[in-house]
Amino acid sequence: MVTNAKAQAAAPPARGWYGVVLLGWLVPGGGHFLLKRPGRGALLLASVAIMFLLGLMMRGTMFQPQTGDVLTTIIYCGGFLGDLASGLFYLLTVWLGYAQPDMAGHVHDYGTKFLVAAGLLNVLAMVDAYEIATGEKE
Amino acid sequence: MPKMNLSHFEAAILFALFSSVVLGVITKRTDADRLRYGVRCFAYFVAALIGLGWLMKLGHG
Repeated sequence: MVTNAKAQAAAPPARGWYGVVLLGWLVPGGGHFLLKRPGRGALLLASVAIMFLLGLMMRGTMFQPQTGDVLTTIIYCGGFLGDLASGLFYLLTVWLGYAQPDMAGHVHDYGTKFLVAAGLLNVLAMVDAYEIATGEKE
Repeated sequence: MPKMNLSHFEAAILFALFSSVVLGVITKRTDADRLRYGVRCFAYFVAALIGLGWLMKLGHG
């Protein structure tokens, strides 16, 4: 208890985290750049961007939200949220017409997973930026 | 946009690499710990990949 109190007293004051999380969503690693962690931000940006581009080059599909039975709802709505989490990469892909139709084949399937995984990795980066912004983490 | 064809192994290795980088960057507190954790995650990914690959090969007979 005393240790927690000391840790809280030593932690920097919580800053506004909304902007950090929003920028982190739009530009992967952007929250870290805003918080003056350029090295970590660059690694996150590179990882998410390369993974997303590989997914596109493998002709992965962007999920569209669909409802039906439980499994369909989880896969399609969850996949859509995962895609959306890539921020500007997702928005630009859809706006510029690079979203691919669903095709059979293991490469396309890997591509779809890469696109979702890029978004999920960005969610982890956003959580990290949030923790730094609120002083829970250095 | 150029089309890319990767084997299962290449795609899984790339997936492991970038996931490990992100896991390493966000998890630990010092750079040395981050590097160690990232490398360890990558090694676990590769070990699981090879292990499951052999399991599937042996399972198919």
